[in-house]
Amino acid sequence: MTGSAESSASRDGTGLVLACGRGRKCRVTAGDAHQAETDRAIEATFRIERARLIAGLARIVRNVDHAEELAQDALVVALSEWPRTGVPDNPGAWLMAVAKRRAVDGFRRDQMRDRKHKEIARTVDETRDGAAAAIEAAIDDDLGDELLGLIFTACHPMLSPDARAALTLKVVGGLTTDEIARAFLSTEATIAQRLVRAKKTIAKAGLTFEVPRGPERAARLPSVLEVIYLIFNEGYAATAGDDLVRPGLCLEAQRLGRILAALMPDDAEVFGLLALMEIQASRNKARTGPDGALIPLTEQDRARWDHLLIRQGLDALARAEALGATAGDAGPYVLQAALAACHARARRADDTDWPRIAALYDRLRVVAPSPVVDLNRAIAHSMAFGPDAGLRLLAEIDAAPLRAYAPLPAAKGDFLFRAGRLAEARSEFKAAATLTRNARERAFLLARADACDGKH
Amino acid sequence: MRVMVFAKATESSEKAGAPTPEALEAFAAMDAFTEELVKAGVLVAGAGLKPSAQSKRIVIDGGRRTVIDGPFAEARELVAGFSIWEVKDMDEAVAWAMRSPNVMPGRSELEIRPFFEAADLADYMTPEELAAPRDGERGKLGVA
Repeated sequence: MTGSAESSASRDGTGLVLACGRGRKCRVTAGDAHQAETDRAIEATFRIERARLIAGLARIVRNVDHAEELAQDALVVALSEWPRTGVPDNPGAWLMAVAKRRAVDGFRRDQMRDRKHKEIARTVDETRDGAAAAIEAAIDDDLGDELLGLIFTACHPMLSPDARAALTLKVVGGLTTDEIARAFLSTEATIAQRLVRAKKTIAKAGLTFEVPRGPERAARLPSVLEVIYLIFNEGYAATAGDDLVRPGLCLEAQRLGRILAALMPDDAEVFGLLALMEIQASRNKARTGPDGALIPLTEQDRARWDHLLIRQGLDALARAEALGATAGDAGPYVLQAALAACHARARRADDTDWPRIAALYDRLRVVAPSPVVDLNRAIAHSMAFGPDAGLRLLAEIDAAPLRAYAPLPAAKGDFLFRAGRLAEARSEFKAAATLTRNARERAFLLARADACDGKH
Repeated sequence: MRVMVFAKATESSEKAGAPTPEALEAFAAMDAFTEELVKAGVLVAGAGLKPSAQSKRIVIDGGRRTVIDGPFAEARELVAGFSIWEVKDMDEAVAWAMRSPNVMPGRSELEIRPFFEAADLADYMTPEELAAPRDGERGKLGVA
């Protein structure tokens, strides 16, 4: 037990009890042997506050690097003071006050005393004078807004999607450079370089870390949503080794999505993206078989779906629809979430509402035109209205971009097979088998080709 | 990782009846805390539970099933509420739990229980069974 701790805190049994506000006591084990444990508890508290801290600081110092350093400095102070004083009532405000003081000291050292800096100095002095409540209230008012400003800045369209993803994971998600590198199967040096460049670009452009307003906000939101979904897909489509340090990118993206939804409670597409991610993630445990092969949606064991996430997703989708995205004006994320929800709602694959899925694809191809959407639309129509409907829509697809895309001939083979045109089906399955690079998929397609012979 | 946070019952939480003004104030503090959890993307689900007087236990003993009506003794062994959080580690769960207001008069207890995850079952499952999703689905829309 350290001397300083004993002087300001009371003992209770074997550990040390620290007052932590509102009459609560928190036991912080204080012996030297438990120093590491105390530090971890403080660091965990810091991690909760980190993104908002950086967001608030970035708006003042207009520099991500500097904001990160100041936040880190505040952690160092907390590590030395909290074991003695206890965790403050509002740790976020405490850390912010310390970091701002550091920022002001820095400004003073640099002899840069324009009006803005004096203004910051004044608020900090007020804190010193005990007007902490006032500044805490002000901070609480701004925090959500500042965090949103940081997210919009990190996801600025002037940065490449990869740079946006790395920067968002770093400053908002709190991942280390090494963790990001592992997540993207890249090297630490590459990611560090990407982060440096992104931060320089932001500084050079003089971004203010404000939340864009009005039409600009609507124009820049897609690049935020794109990055979160990119992070999600990176995790959803990735391989997982036995490397336990590798962070769950899906979880990270879902957390970002939930944070964004809390910050932008009036935007249907934000809830659409959240719903899409939650529902897709709900299938994670059912998507692969014992041999590691992907299991198609319709063949998955639905008992292995995560029904908590499905509920979260359906709630988010309901919210998006309540925000007015039901009619013809639904955006691509709301529509995709609605598609995912059709599957999530079906207890058995046979219960799937294919006519509704077909109708949703009809709308999705308007707001997010792509040959892959057209292909999926044809599949949905074939399930809803029979193989001939699928074949008709396939014939309309611009097939050039899908020339080497195995799912196209595979779908066509399936429609032909179901229409009883076995010889044609056989050649489509063969064509699909030569296009796929996945051995299991090839075996599956060749088996389907053989089944066409068997029917003769 | 996912954890379930149990709020243990107390004598007061086991009492039926209209909530006292103090209780209403405590609920408001809890709502504010829940709001924080939502904003941080931590909260997955949660609910408060009615007193054990309104609950039932089903005892399964071999092939026998017996239904026992509440209330049950030992308030501290009972659960008054739960929530499910998605956190990075137990440290984060503890840091959040430390911020929870006390909705009971006097002493109350939270218990944090981590969920079993696939990695915990590594000794009992083959690597193939544990294998996570592989490539092939990236970029597909809707019907993932």
